[in-house]
Amino acid sequence: MTHIAKPRLHHPSLTRNAVGFTRRDYEGPVSTLCAGCGHDSISAAIVQACFEQDIEPHRVAKLSGIGCSSKTPTYFLGASHGFNTVHGRMPSVLTGAALANRELIYLGVSGDGDSASIGLGQFAHIMRRGVNMTYIVMNNGVYGLTKGQFSATADRGSVAKRGAVNVESGIDLASLAILMGASFVARSFSGDKAQLVPLIKAAISHPGPAILDVVSPCVAFNNHKGSTRSYDHVREHNAALNRLDVFSPAEPVSVDYAPGTEVRIEQPNGTVLLLHKLAEDYDPSDKAGALAHIQARETAGMVTTGLLYLDPGRRDLHGRLNTVAAPLARLDETALCPGAAALAAINDALR
Amino acid sequence: MRTTDISDPDHFLKVVDCQWACPAFTPVPEYIRLIAHGRHADAYMINWRSNVFPGILGRTCDRPCEPACRRARVEDENLTGGRTEPVAICRLKRVAADNKDDVGDRLPRAPAANGRRVACVGAGPASLTVARDLAVAGYAVTLLDPDPRGGGLIRTQIPRFRLPEEVIDEEVAYITGIGNITIENRRVASLAGLIAEGWDAIFVGSGAPKGRDLDIPGRKAGGANIHVGIDWLASVSFGHVGRIGRRVIVLGGGNTAMDCCRTARRLGGTDVRVVVRSGFEEMKASPWEKEDAIAEGIPILNWHEPKSFVVEDGRLTGMTFRIVRAETDAAGRRRLVATGEPDAFIACDDVLVAVGQENAFGWIERNIGLLFDPRDMPRVDPATMQSSLASVFFGGDAAFGPKNIIWAVAHGHAAAISIDRYLSGEDITVRPAPGVTVVSQKMGIHEWSYDNDVSLETRQRVPHLMLERALADVGAEVELGFDARLAWREAQRCLNCDIQTVFTPPLCIECDACVDICPMDCITFTANGEEADLRRRLKAPALNLEQALYVADGLDTGRVMVKDEDVCLHCGLCAERCPTGAWDMRKYFIEVAQAGKP
Repeated sequence: MTHIAKPRLHHPSLTRNAVGFTRRDYEGPVSTLCAGCGHDSISAAIVQACFEQDIEPHRVAKLSGIGCSSKTPTYFLGASHGFNTVHGRMPSVLTGAALANRELIYLGVSGDGDSASIGLGQFAHIMRRGVNMTYIVMNNGVYGLTKGQFSATADRGSVAKRGAVNVESGIDLASLAILMGASFVARSFSGDKAQLVPLIKAAISHPGPAILDVVSPCVAFNNHKGSTRSYDHVREHNAALNRLDVFSPAEPVSVDYAPGTEVRIEQPNGTVLLLHKLAEDYDPSDKAGALAHIQARETAGMVTTGLLYLDPGRRDLHGRLNTVAAPLARLDETALCPGAAALAAINDALR
Repeated sequence: MRTTDISDPDHFLKVVDCQWACPAFTPVPEYIRLIAHGRHADAYMINWRSNVFPGILGRTCDRPCEPACRRARVEDENLTGGRTEPVAICRLKRVAADNKDDVGDRLPRAPAANGRRVACVGAGPASLTVARDLAVAGYAVTLLDPDPRGGGLIRTQIPRFRLPEEVIDEEVAYITGIGNITIENRRVASLAGLIAEGWDAIFVGSGAPKGRDLDIPGRKAGGANIHVGIDWLASVSFGHVGRIGRRVIVLGGGNTAMDCCRTARRLGGTDVRVVVRSGFEEMKASPWEKEDAIAEGIPILNWHEPKSFVVEDGRLTGMTFRIVRAETDAAGRRRLVATGEPDAFIACDDVLVAVGQENAFGWIERNIGLLFDPRDMPRVDPATMQSSLASVFFGGDAAFGPKNIIWAVAHGHAAAISIDRYLSGEDITVRPAPGVTVVSQKMGIHEWSYDNDVSLETRQRVPHLMLERALADVGAEVELGFDARLAWREAQRCLNCDIQTVFTPPLCIECDACVDICPMDCITFTANGEEADLRRRLKAPALNLEQALYVADGLDTGRVMVKDEDVCLHCGLCAERCPTGAWDMRKYFIEVAQAGKP
């Protein structure tokens, strides 16, 4: 691992955002992951996105499970809240946290092992429940910590570093998320920050379960010829559906495409998403069409990236449960113990 | 943009801002690292090879390296004590000179004489440099100077409280000790006569020995108490003058004026003031020399133009000054105009005139084929230092007017190369290439053979002698120099700009690890374009046009790697986070060529 701390000196032109922070203020300590790991690029993209979104670091809770990917929250947003859960159990801990305090911005960080193997049930149910969060899967197709066995998302036919060929079919977390009811589903690539940063910003501004499946090459165990998660393979087989521009409520929306080729989506918090279509016939609001398209491209050996599916109308968990808006910790005794009369009224209503 | 040719030594030499700014191209970061390791003699020898007078320059250099130092461009006042300042390169050089062991056995010895004889007019820094470089190459060099101790202006004009005489004696002796060098006690009265003596080549390093006078009313009448600054300093240096009046006016805003006022302060001047025509910022004196003068209780009065010396009963009583301000005319020329305020009168007992220096070439005949320009300066090629007479070379202040010691050294090196090539029958316009030694600093996966952790220490202040004691003795050195602890802390501030980031495109997998880790946002992978366009498109804009972009193509995606060399900290994190070794940290030790390779 790197022995020195990243120098605190910075470029003279480094700017501050609307809440008074520089981009460097969103960093954490130097990563202990292998040099060249895609996860570090995703961490840098999260740093960039939070800086651009003017997010105050203390308003973010970052939760993760176990694995290389789940180590990354240490390396970004050093001034935010954090929680490392049991393997695969990040979604349930995050659901609990979100129920107790809906004022925080929830960032779940997980990997293909943590989400597609041991935590697959948790993954499915947090999407189904509609917890307002951004779920980032750093997906490299191998178990890096145990030296490169295929994970559950590895493509059938891909070749391991030692030569073994994967005979199982891979789980496509993006398709699964669409099926399970996620209202924002996107896929990107750690090596393409121009695409990834706006998607993270859009996911954070989305008021519901937003999942980002980010292909993130494992340089140590899955970046060779025959791998379908290598930098070279993904660059050659990247089928980008659209390009996204995200404008904060205060920013003027500027368009640099030919008119008519973009879709404007306004989020409830005022953030504007401007979707520039690259694939003409793709409609991200059409659930069945999206699933079919992703499957067809996958069969052709391509990786579809971009905003895959967006359902702007779905209410989140709090909306459906009609929970109290204030964080539970801030409720006083009278609110928590409304007294015998209130209990009697509830009991009467159930008779 | 075209891909950068890193086999051209100039690309990486330019990255080492201090070395690039040094007229003698001293490999600064290398010697600073050696000082940090306590290897003072090694640090001294690196200096000695490049700038010949480390002990002298470590006290008196005009330090063109320091304004160039990258540290001042990258410090953040919120992190470094409210200041952004360069590394104290000059004073670190002194640390090496003061703390070294005996270097006698490391100094070169003259080989068997090659039979060629070279005469140098003057024995100042330029001539001594020529002598050193040529003696090592086998030439017999004779320096002709009325002061046979050698040193020139270093000895006569720099006050002892800034530069002790022992330091001069030591460093002159290192040169004369090489052998085949003679200093002859002789004033050269005629160049034609000198040429007729049959020297194989002549080097003129006679300096700019004439102090400019001020011809205004009262100059003659008050003459007994009006002194030309450099002559007066020389008289003090020789011990001919030991007192001055109580109230002293020093005219001029250069370093000589600062030396004059501080010397006067030590010789009985209790009310010494410097009076300058220009504003404070425009003064030619180095900022630290102004600071030192002010710290000794010497006020500096700006915007006062001398009008007359006031003499009553044959005795100087003061001076009148016109109050002026600067105005820029339509053609963009700056000139001083009267503000209309009443003239100022300042009473004084003595005046020191330090308003500039001039060359004195009365001893060079104008009919021997040596051409002069309209300003009455000899025509000298700035690259070869050759005059219009093939066997006569110039250097130091004699070549292009008053500069400073480090320029004289640089001229000396250049002239020595030319003389060597000229006498070997080679084309002197062909200049030898610098010596470049490249060593990878990688020792292990995350181990480097240099200290890459960037210190947030602020610039260390050099301790000074107590003011009362300093003012009581004109020979007491004011600056005490860094002690070992201060020197180490200051050395840690150096960013090791000579440890270069070298990029090998075929190894790169474009994983962005270097882009993400770089604390200065120096690195960008993007589509190629014209330089002006690229500079704007980088992760952080590259607006300092003096610093090159490092462009490399040959990547799989067809993009180019662009690194802005301007603010790189040389922390090596790009190389440390690179999974394939496409980035490597390599030390480029670049030594410019010299005639004799001492």
